Amino acid sequence: MAEVTSLRNAVEELVHDGDFVALEGFTHLIPFAAGHEIIRQGRKNLSLVRMTPDLIYDQMIGAECARKLVFSWGGNPGVGSLHRLRDAVENGWPQPLELEEHGHGDLSNAYVAGASHLPFAVLRAYAGSDLPRYNDRIRFIDCPFTGERLAAVPAVRPDVAVIHAQKADRKGNVLLWGILGVQKEAVMAARKAIVTVEEIVDHLDAWPNACILPSWTLSAVCCVPGGAHPSYAHGYYERDNPFYCLWDGISRERETFQRWMKRHILDTEDFEEFRRVLQEEMAKEVR
Amino acid sequence: MSGAPAFSAEEMMTVAASRMLRNGDVCFVGIGLPSAAANLARLTHAPGVVLIYESGPIGAKPDALPLSIGDGSLAETADTVVSTSEIFRYWLQGGRVTVGFLGAAQIDRYANINTTVIGDYRRPQTRLPGAGGAPEIASCAGKVILVLRQTARTFVERLDFITSVGHLDGGEARKRLGLPGDGPVAVVTDLCLMAPDPATKELTVTHLHPGVTAERVQAATGWNLRFAEVVEETASPGTAELRTLRELKRRTARAHGRTADA
Repeated sequence: MAEVTSLRNAVEELVHDGDFVALEGFTHLIPFAAGHEIIRQGRKNLSLVRMTPDLIYDQMIGAECARKLVFSWGGNPGVGSLHRLRDAVENGWPQPLELEEHGHGDLSNAYVAGASHLPFAVLRAYAGSDLPRYNDRIRFIDCPFTGERLAAVPAVRPDVAVIHAQKADRKGNVLLWGILGVQKEAVMAARKAIVTVEEIVDHLDAWPNACILPSWTLSAVCCVPGGAHPSYAHGYYERDNPFYCLWDGISRERETFQRWMKRHILDTEDFEEFRRVLQEEMAKEVR
Repeated sequence: MSGAPAFSAEEMMTVAASRMLRNGDVCFVGIGLPSAAANLARLTHAPGVVLIYESGPIGAKPDALPLSIGDGSLAETADTVVSTSEIFRYWLQGGRVTVGFLGAAQIDRYANINTTVIGDYRRPQTRLPGAGGAPEIASCAGKVILVLRQTARTFVERLDFITSVGHLDGGEARKRLGLPGDGPVAVVTDLCLMAPDPATKELTVTHLHPGVTAERVQAATGWNLRFAEVVEETASPGTAELRTLRELKRRTARAHGRTADA
């Protein structure tokens, strides 16, 4: 059964230095609050996996939490580069970052293989692509029935999966909807799972086929309203597109990035204080 | 051409790309230029086109263009939303996608795509975002249409990295590789339209946009470009096409709180 607890406790207990960690959420429901807490607690040498690193991994990489990144698309959506990711890859700052690079169809199905407890996923892709030449975890096999040559990639099985969802009930059963990405797959593939939610309610009131993660599949459930900001939570708040644009300027130089991280994350107690400080600082910007 | 044109090169590109989609097409849409063109098609001549985004929405009908590939408006307006793994397994690999609409950082004469790195992979000069869903889309979509701005830096003699395969080294390469889809059938730029030669698969300019010369297209290309025997002029954007595109851009700017260049 999941323990309904604070995010600070959950990260303290469940995320360790050197772990293989997945923070998932495809544009929607990105677990920013949990990522910030991992940064605040100073986790080091994590191997991070995520289909779209987004701002959250840009922050974690720049804050020296990660030694390796497994991913399939690493940009600031609709805006441009992830500057901290690029600085780590191009200049080894703040530490060198090993890359393991896939495509979306590949990585999403590597999670399915992980959740299915199979050794690998199989797909029809990569013939003619250079990716298998630089990633030896993309290989080819012959179908035992037809002889067709197919790509194979090893299952993703994180130590910890971290996701954000809309609701949990008091027992810690979790409900999410809208764009689902690979959150369910990541949780089912991982040994431990932390879920932050917008709210905890008496009854989930969901249809039988709704995407629900039963409490007993999770390690911890934490109520963190707004915990996906600046991404969005369908039915609760919209994506903060201006912040995604603003991040381009904040993250471009090391100094402005570090100043922002100190003020907003390292010097704040929790996500609630982060949001308050962010609001104040944004108000100053406007003035 | 005399006087200022009534439309921009970018508008010409988006309109020309939108015309490639038909009612009945099931289109796997990349973000950015492809998304603008696909939605313009849906709002003009092809209301029946089905737009699929890799984040999971199927049959998305967004009122404004999404900034990201997983904006809420895509889910809200879709016929259904499935998981990302399902999109790639059942819908793309399952053979339901007739057209993949992609952008690219760089392409070569066989419409191979680089979105990974400029320079050496291990010591990159510029690290690009990477593959996304493009390697799988380029393999499995019925056909592929590429939309990108044309410069000598984007149309290069040799790619530093082939992220997603076009026609590899030309001819029957795709058949030899066992790729299920036909690969790129058109490249739409801000200057011209290109199509692969039926035999060699080398990109050939078939249409120049109004006011664009062959010399200008060659200057924006890193290899010795082939031109069709008869190169036609692309039809200018029609009044309805331009009006619909500009309204779409205005709604997009309003939705994202910034100017209409997203």
